[in-house]
Amino acid sequence: MTAEIVADHVNLDFPLYHGSARSLKKVVFKQLSGRMGADSRSRVVVQALRDISFRLQPGDRLGLVGSNGAGKTTLLRLLAGIYEPLSGRVRVAGSMNALLDPNLGMNTELTGRENIMLRGLYHGLDAPAIRRLADDVAEFADLGDFLDLPVRIYSSGMVVRLGFALATAIRPQVLLMDEWFLAGDANFMEKARARLEDMVRGADILVLSTHAEHVIRQWCTRVIWLDGGRVRADGTPDDVLARYLARDQA
Amino acid sequence: MNVLISEPAKLPVLDIGSSQGGVARLGDAWQDLRAFFPLWRLCWTLGWLDIKLRYRGSMLGPLWLTLSTAVMVGSMGFLYAALFHMDLHDYLPFLALSIVLWNFVSGMVGEACTTFTGAEGMIRSVRMPFLLYAARVVLRNLLILGHNIVVIVVVDALLQTGPGAVAWLALPAFLLWILVALALSVLLGALCARFRDIPPIVASVMQMAFFVSAVIWRPEQLGAQEWVLNFNPFFTMFEIVRGPLLGIVPSQDVYVSAFVSSGVILLSTVVLFARTRGRIAFWV
Repeated sequence: MTAEIVADHVNLDFPLYHGSARSLKKVVFKQLSGRMGADSRSRVVVQALRDISFRLQPGDRLGLVGSNGAGKTTLLRLLAGIYEPLSGRVRVAGSMNALLDPNLGMNTELTGRENIMLRGLYHGLDAPAIRRLADDVAEFADLGDFLDLPVRIYSSGMVVRLGFALATAIRPQVLLMDEWFLAGDANFMEKARARLEDMVRGADILVLSTHAEHVIRQWCTRVIWLDGGRVRADGTPDDVLARYLARDQA
Repeated sequence: MNVLISEPAKLPVLDIGSSQGGVARLGDAWQDLRAFFPLWRLCWTLGWLDIKLRYRGSMLGPLWLTLSTAVMVGSMGFLYAALFHMDLHDYLPFLALSIVLWNFVSGMVGEACTTFTGAEGMIRSVRMPFLLYAARVVLRNLLILGHNIVVIVVVDALLQTGPGAVAWLALPAFLLWILVALALSVLLGALCARFRDIPPIVASVMQMAFFVSAVIWRPEQLGAQEWVLNFNPFFTMFEIVRGPLLGIVPSQDVYVSAFVSSGVILLSTVVLFARTRGRIAFWV
């Protein structure tokens, strides 16, 4: 069996709970009073994803493009298993690393070393593997004695180095990556770039959400353009990018 | 560069869909439970780090827990023994045990409300079985209890009292407590994530329960009205552990009431968790 991602007619609604929707009293009274009852289902719901279907096999590098709020990050979270679909089905085979949030599980009160240990445990590593993870991250992030101090006191550059080293230390078969990860890539040192490219090449399947055209052209073999939670276009980077970049003129 | 995750022996597969119908949803909940067990080391580490963090940089560290409980038991012991005209030798071991156990119960229930909202960052960035968050809360409170037990042991040693062999009856009851605590962490955690006005309600209920559940007074003091206590689930759940540790075998009525309450909690947790599991990530 090889790595694979299948999304089959996925729909996802994002309920927004704010203000009175969070209130137990309001909900109970709505249920009790017949006059207001019709109102009870009218909570604010964002139709985040509509009828998304695609299939990825080893070697596929999928880029997700679309304006802010088009559903790129929601789709990545769905593939990562964080959100569950309203209808349809998602199947992801293979070890997965989802780089969605730069501070994933990073607790700033804990020391760098403790954060590394936690990350290793998230991924189900055993003690020797966690030691190797710590060595690898320590060497790359180059934090020296700061590794045993709370992350809270790190400079912002050190936090970025630690976060980056941790995120790229674990090599998955399926790599899901949000754009933040590349946002600062001009500032990254040469070895950071090499390390990231190494991980991307090592992954069987890559799903990447980004605004940057050159990133898509460099890494992706297929592009899906999301618009309002729907697939607007799906094809080769050249095809889709041409249409995507021309959208404003149309 | 060393590769840390090599090809696993068995390919992990994530397969999620919208499960319709109760049975399918129960199946998903069961999967969540099964996915939790391999993560017990992570859970233990998270629970222990929670305690360590709370007291990092303080001189006594987690011993503050022990110390503050000791001060509370000592001061309340003298005060209430005087107020209720009771013998301190008799009352102090009772109070030490009751306060330490009740602190566990109320701490547990209070923190159960933030099981999921407190782990918001993690829930939104990585898929983990939801039971992990519940077990972390329970573990954290068990560790606190472990520190406070010292107070009971010291009081018993100083006054040379002890419960005797009956105390073993507390063991199965305590295991039931842990099970119910896990259930409550899921139940209250989910409800409080959805409805943000539940935590203050829970807090005031627990405050009231402290006074009506024979924690700082003895059930016998109610005299002929003692039977009323059997309808207080807080009391009966509490008594199945405390009673044996005081050398008292709880009555059959107490056990029945405690088992019925536990059953109701466990059952409603299973139903609620099966129904809401997929929504929790949207609620936190």
